[in-house]
Amino acid sequence: MTQIIFYIFGAMLLLSATMVVVIKNPIHAALFLVLSFFSSAAVWLLLNAEFLAIALVLVYVGAVMVLFLFVVMMLDINLATLREGFARYFPLGIIIALLMVIAMGMVVGSDYFASDTYKQISISATQSNTKLLGLAIYTDYLYQFEIAGAILLVAIIAAISLSMSKSKITKSTHPNEQVLAKKEDRLRVVKMKSEEKKG
Amino acid sequence: MLETLYHLISQYILLPLTLFVIPVDYQIEAMIFLQTTIKIFAIIIPVLITVAYFTYAERKVIGFIQGRIGPNRVGLFGFRLWGLGQPIADAVKLIVKEIVIPLNANRTLFVIAPILSLAPALAAWAVIPFDDTKVLADINAGLLYVLALTSLAVYGVIIAGWASNSKYAFLGAMRSAAQIVAYEIAMGFALVGVLIAAGSLNLGEIVNAQAGSVVHWFWLPLLPLFVIYFISGVAETNRAPFDVAEGESEIVAGFHVEYSGMAFSVFFMAEYANMILIAVLSALLFFGGWLSPFQGIIYLEDFFSWVPGMFWLLAKTSIFMFLFLWFRATFPRYRYDQIMRLGWKVFIPITIVWLVIVSALVVTNIPPWFS
Repeated sequence: MTQIIFYIFGAMLLLSATMVVVIKNPIHAALFLVLSFFSSAAVWLLLNAEFLAIALVLVYVGAVMVLFLFVVMMLDINLATLREGFARYFPLGIIIALLMVIAMGMVVGSDYFASDTYKQISISATQSNTKLLGLAIYTDYLYQFEIAGAILLVAIIAAISLSMSKSKITKSTHPNEQVLAKKEDRLRVVKMKSEEKKG
Repeated sequence: MLETLYHLISQYILLPLTLFVIPVDYQIEAMIFLQTTIKIFAIIIPVLITVAYFTYAERKVIGFIQGRIGPNRVGLFGFRLWGLGQPIADAVKLIVKEIVIPLNANRTLFVIAPILSLAPALAAWAVIPFDDTKVLADINAGLLYVLALTSLAVYGVIIAGWASNSKYAFLGAMRSAAQIVAYEIAMGFALVGVLIAAGSLNLGEIVNAQAGSVVHWFWLPLLPLFVIYFISGVAETNRAPFDVAEGESEIVAGFHVEYSGMAFSVFFMAEYANMILIAVLSALLFFGGWLSPFQGIIYLEDFFSWVPGMFWLLAKTSIFMFLFLWFRATFPRYRYDQIMRLGWKVFIPITIVWLVIVSALVVTNIPPWFS
């Protein structure tokens, strides 16, 4: 049963990951990327890594890809210009792809990731792996985790300050001023006699 | 009663069925599969019936709030019955209507979008505990699972808006995407508060951590988080006063302008199913779920001990469901920039401050909640 589910989601993952690269429409590509995140989350669930799987769906599918789609939908991407240089860059692309495959093979090969060095740690389904992960992160890997957090914080502040710098002339209203506005500030009641028709 | 029915079905229908039809090697797995299917239907069908009658309740309640009567014509079996037949008549009407797919719309995505918005709303019910024992999937990371699935609902809206090939639909989708991302963060932080207070992501354990009395429930130590959670829930479901994604007075009906018939009604069902889900979650996370409100009161606790826990959960849920309707009848629609400001600049800072306070309460073992 588990094997059937694994093969279904594995096939879905490979297929959708291929489609991300192959398909022409950028929105369809983004949606296939969502599908591939989702299927890899399902594969992780089968390995009893429920926290990581759900966090993948929550962070990447639920937030990152939504913003991504948001941007892609707003952009007016011209497909013709995108595909223009395809034939010219194809040989170069093949060479780079080959180099990357070789590099990946050397890193992920059996030298470092052999099945006897990295045995699958038996996590029972009843054990909360959120708790295990939390313990590992906040005791053994505390400094690495905190440094990563600090780097992300710096990145957030940098991104915000970059986007803030240009927008000095905006027509945005200040809610405080709006709330504090009184009737006297905006409204002037003028009393006058009704005009009479001349002539 | 439900349990006896379930046991009868699995004894006299499922067991013979698997014994005679399925090969011997797969009988146990087949039995588990069939039993799970029955449990899924036992959850989904009541949810869908509630969705149907929630629409009726909405029209009735808003009618009474506004000094009208609401639907009272369509009855059942020749009796008028205060219009109780209205949801059924609506359902039949919507099923029979034609589904119009606009020219130059993206057909596949246009059809997938309503399914994508309803599926997560129903799938989230898998981890909701109705009682101490009645839960379909008692998983460790239940709270996280619910949060992940409610965050998926935005895809239905975005894809519908984009695939319709219509300006109004697209505007609605863009508004909705920005709004849902903003409020999801506040919602997530509010749930982190619950996680800190309960010390578990399992929904059953979260409810059990609130046992004691009404004062022990998490609404008191997590009051700001509860308020933010519920308001974010209203925003996440695109309900009034945060319904700019629909905004019928500005962009006609937002992301689902181009949808008709059953495709439209699936969006409608998803919205209502999500509302019920948010209501159930508020009851579970902040108001003690299936725990009796009379717990810890000397005389009343024994007096009400015969009431099943599921009744209390459903009663609490109904109150929150009513709040959704009350909001819609009371508040005018928020302006878009104010929605964004409320989400990013008000809610998120408050949740972060309250997380620090909750952590302090937990660490110092403040009674009665964390002793």
